[in-house]
Amino acid sequence: MPNEELLRIENLHAWYGESHILHGMELTVREGEVITLLGRNGSGRTTTLKAILGLVGRRTGSIRLHGTEVIDMPTHRIAHVGRLGYCPEERGIFASLNVDENLELPPVLAKGGMSVDEIYRMFPNLKERRASQGSKLSGGEQQMLAIARILRTGATLLLLDEITEGLAPVILKSLGKVIHDLREQGFTIVLVEQNFRFAAPLADRHYVIEHGRVVECIEAAELEAKQEQLNRHLSV
Amino acid sequence: MSMTVVLSQALLGLNVGVFYAMLSLGLAVIFGLLNIINFAHGAMYMLGAFIALIGYSFIERWFGISMEIGFWPSLILAPLLVGALGILIERTMLQRLYKLDHIYGLLLTFGITLILQGLFANYFNVSGTPYPGQPESLSGVVNLGFMYFPTYRLFAIVFSLVVCFATWYFIEHTKLGSRLRAGVENPELTQAFGLNVPLMITLTFGFGCGLAGLAGVLAAPIYSVSPLMGADLIIVVFAVVVIGGMGSIMGAILSGLALGLVEGLTKVIYPPAASTVIFFLMVLVLLFRPAGLFGKEK
Ligand SMILES: Nc1ncnc2c1ncn2[C@@H]1O[C@H](COP(=O)(O)OP(=O)(O)OP(=O)(O)O)[C@@H](O)[C@H]1O
Ligand SMILES: [Mg+2]
Repeated sequence: MPNEELLRIENLHAWYGESHILHGMELTVREGEVITLLGRNGSGRTTTLKAILGLVGRRTGSIRLHGTEVIDMPTHRIAHVGRLGYCPEERGIFASLNVDENLELPPVLAKGGMSVDEIYRMFPNLKERRASQGSKLSGGEQQMLAIARILRTGATLLLLDEITEGLAPVILKSLGKVIHDLREQGFTIVLVEQNFRFAAPLADRHYVIEHGRVVECIEAAELEAKQEQLNRHLSV
Repeated sequence: MSMTVVLSQALLGLNVGVFYAMLSLGLAVIFGLLNIINFAHGAMYMLGAFIALIGYSFIERWFGISMEIGFWPSLILAPLLVGALGILIERTMLQRLYKLDHIYGLLLTFGITLILQGLFANYFNVSGTPYPGQPESLSGVVNLGFMYFPTYRLFAIVFSLVVCFATWYFIEHTKLGSRLRAGVENPELTQAFGLNVPLMITLTFGFGCGLAGLAGVLAAPIYSVSPLMGADLIIVVFAVVVIGGMGSIMGAILSGLALGLVEGLTKVIYPPAASTVIFFLMVLVLLFRPAGLFGKEK
């Protein structure tokens, strides 16, 4: 029996004020899968994640999390219903909170999240900086913290937006390992990525987004065969 | 001029300062989270004082029930009632204005102020009604060594300082406080994590108003209770907030205390300037450090 659908998006439209950004997005993620949203700048990948969380001006269509329709739900309830963990594009570390406070900010959504001790074992360099203000962290440290803080909550579906952006190759490598480990542990992950080399070995399926809709859906196994199409879609 | 005179004016100044501090603290907390300049803050202070006065002197006269709500119960009851009114105002009116410029929130709260003032001026003497409910245990004076100081005023100073610093501690050093700070910094992301920011905003507004109500009860035995007591004070408190810097919690407390002291000491040095020295400092701060002494320069 196939795994449960954690996320199903159908005919999703989204607007910022007057600008109509998503034009009928469709995608499905099953428990334990890792998928990517690929596309050029401005294609609407961040907007898709924001629309799931109710952070756009207006949205229509259907978004089901664990089978529950959330299209009309207020933002603060959606994370609880979907057991969602969100890592936003600019990392979203709170400058006025220290590392510990940032880590403990997101409320626990379900049992089974990591303890603070476990998290600091996974990210030892964060532990050394636990009393520093969020604004004093390096880019890599901020990225680790942004992922670490959603692991505490018991979230099972992670929405990660450009987590590789601006990171040095060494850090990229350890981040790749973190995502790989999370996948092994059974987390379900939606990765928005520019860095295809980073995402390719991690994902089960790739959605190519253009002008706010899915134009291609490529399974990991078809990747080689469809490489050329993919390049065409992603080339600038 | 003797040292005793200076010290006693300083203490009296501090007494005024704690009221400035409590009111500017409430304004700073509200401004931080709601981005609204709550002009009705003075009216909430006045309301707190009137709740104490009515509870003590008017229940029997108005309702024929022989009952008297004393100072101590009022100290709890009045902030709760004023806070509840704040919550009602936020939920039914202010919430509709968040998407607009802050001038609209200011105008709305200004209107609420005029309505409340007009309502009370209709039933009470504009020149003030004394509050007779000061508790027996706080009457008289204490000997501080260098001077005798009214016990009640000493109580008001200590009590307000405790309330101010407890509020600061709550916001800066507790988990709930860190959620509030997060809601101020990035409300969207805070909500995306599953925290109910609109509820936090409502409760914060209620808390800020409650703090003003508490200051009103504390002030009732010292100053007489009048419909305009808040209007007179709030203008000075706005100046205090400008000097301290909008949005800084500790800045609001410290500048409130310091400016009370400055005002008290000016009474000794050059009495005619006592009521304007704060505005003079405000002008200087606006010219040389517009974000305020404790505010962050943009
Ligand atoms: N707050 C906003 N208000 C109005 N338009 C916006 C807003 N945010 C994004 N857009 C527009 O929506 C479109 C999609 O943006 P989105 O951020 O989803 O792109 P993206 O695929 O994440 O690309 P990238 O992050 O690489 O720039 C863009 O044309 C952008 O200009
Ligand atoms: Mg993006």
